[in-house]
Amino acid sequence: MSRTPSAVAVTLTCLALAVSTARAADPIKLGEVGPLTGKEAAFGQSAHKGITLAIEEINARGGVLGRPLAIASEDNQSKPGDSATIAKKLLSRDKVVAILGTGTSSNCLEIAPICQNAKVPLLATTATNPEVTEKRNYAFRVCFIDPFQGAVLAKFARESLKAKRVALLTSVSSSYSVGLSKVFREKFLAAGGTIVADQKYGEGDKDFRAQLTAIRAANPEAIATTGNYTEGALICKQARDLGLTIPIFAGDGWEAPELIEIGGASVNGSYYCSHYSSESTAPEVQAFVKKFRAKYHETPDSMAPLAYDAVMVVAEALARAGTTDGAKLRDALAATKNFPGVTGRTTIDADRNASKPAVVLAVKNGRTEFLQSIEP
Amino acid sequence: MAEFLQQLLNGLSLGAIYALIALGYTMVYGVLRFINFAHSDVFMVGAFIGYYAGKLVPEGTIWGGLLVLAIAMAGCAILGMTIERLAYRPLRGAATLNVLITAIGVSLLLEYSGQVFFGAAPRTFPAVFPSANFSVGGLVISSNQIVVIVVATLLMIALEFIVHRTKIGTAMRAVSLNPKAAQLVGINNDVVISFTFGLGSALAAAGGILYALNYPSIEPLMGVMPGLKAFVAAVLGGIGNIPGAALGGLILGVVETFVNGSQWSTYKDAIAFAILIAILLFRPAGLLGKFTVEKV
Repeated sequence: MSRTPSAVAVTLTCLALAVSTARAADPIKLGEVGPLTGKEAAFGQSAHKGITLAIEEINARGGVLGRPLAIASEDNQSKPGDSATIAKKLLSRDKVVAILGTGTSSNCLEIAPICQNAKVPLLATTATNPEVTEKRNYAFRVCFIDPFQGAVLAKFARESLKAKRVALLTSVSSSYSVGLSKVFREKFLAAGGTIVADQKYGEGDKDFRAQLTAIRAANPEAIATTGNYTEGALICKQARDLGLTIPIFAGDGWEAPELIEIGGASVNGSYYCSHYSSESTAPEVQAFVKKFRAKYHETPDSMAPLAYDAVMVVAEALARAGTTDGAKLRDALAATKNFPGVTGRTTIDADRNASKPAVVLAVKNGRTEFLQSIEP
Repeated sequence: MAEFLQQLLNGLSLGAIYALIALGYTMVYGVLRFINFAHSDVFMVGAFIGYYAGKLVPEGTIWGGLLVLAIAMAGCAILGMTIERLAYRPLRGAATLNVLITAIGVSLLLEYSGQVFFGAAPRTFPAVFPSANFSVGGLVISSNQIVVIVVATLLMIALEFIVHRTKIGTAMRAVSLNPKAAQLVGINNDVVISFTFGLGSALAAAGGILYALNYPSIEPLMGVMPGLKAFVAAVLGGIGNIPGAALGGLILGVVETFVNGSQWSTYKDAIAFAILIAILLFRPAGLLGKFTVEKV
């Protein structure tokens, strides 16, 4: 009789092994929703390269929980509304264990409630609007948030540019831009500056001459614009056409090679805040830049390392959770502490945000140069 | 005052582009009595032809710019005539609604084939014309704005000449007045309609190039908003009326620019369309349009 339990145990182990080997071929699927085409395509494309690189690396060292990782990528075409549809498709058809939101804050705000209902974690790679993770315990991000970024921009304008009179240009149809402008205004006023002109535009607008003419009449010392790169490049171009030679500065929405491609020489003399600089001497950054260049023959902007870090954070959380169950994976993600990544150490705080330093980059002679790093 | 003049100049150069697109809508409406919704996408194709042609000529020369303009206009004229031949001619005589839906279909076909062939990511339009900025007493005039206004004015004068001083123009007006009677006096309606599409599409291509010169980021959906505004401009001026379309375009461009530069910039499209509604309430046929009783 004494042999029976162990026989049962052996049988169970064999069964478990059989099940696990059957499932070993079955990859763990992550979902990716981002703008791979359209006017924010640079964000999605760069992030996609980062994700691909991270997944290849993880699979090369044996995957997670004995299973390889796979990615289901979907394109929201930079269109409002599409992210929500795609997220539903990834959850119901592809049965992904987590979704990486590589697009803008507006995109991630569409995905967050859907992930919350499905109890599958959302990890935003570059969405900086605070609302993305607010009140939803399944929404996380691996980047800093706009209140911090706004403070960095205000500090930069006051202390580095020595500007007292600043004109503000906001994209009213972007959650990111509206939120960033709000914080920038508060912090800049608190630092003793004044906003001499407050102008607005809509996403997809091409003509900013009217707003810039009004800004020129207010005679500011610098222009703060909080939108994304496509509009940013055109704003620089039209500002220079109108004879405005003052510095123009922006948030991380300007982080794309297209900024300089579209804006040309007119972008010179502008600044933006970002998540990392490829010029950093940190060994993690240099190793990443080297790998990225070897695979894609280009220098990564900050969307790629953020997405790369996001995959690594999910993989590490999966390993700690020991399961792909949504609730357990959520708890493991929430417990992420001091995870060493390319964009600095990631610690998920109580509000499911990561606090990380920001860098200010200057555009000079058609290239971005590292200017300064500002700690939280 | 300097700010007012600057905004007026900004508005006129934007309005001139709307006017060029609006002319195409109005001419097609004039002869066929239907709105060619694919027109705004011909505008987009014009910009893309200019993008590819611009890579072949040296940047920043006047002849290079004019050559690009001519290539795009010729290319779009052919495209416009092809669309008419393949999509609209088979429906000649069918209900207007059928043609209208076909036009929407052609529009979507062009937009999404554009995404396949040109890619959905925005492209940077090359600076084909030489560019410089002139400062006149606080007023900054960019050479692109001058190019836009000059090219648009010349094209509109040429159009007036074609419509009122040439044989084919007379035929166009005849078809517009009464297609059956025109046929009876020996006009080949198919040729006239084909020519109208070619001419309208060439103007759209010119609009596309001028738009891309000023806003050098082009993508396959770039025609949607300017097309809608130009359509409004055509209705505002009196659809079917050529000077009306030009006037409507200028009014819309100027109003939009002034609203944009004010505190109410968020409402710019709402205000532009509210003006349209107000004008149509008092002048249902548009500013220069003649109100005609529909014969049933």
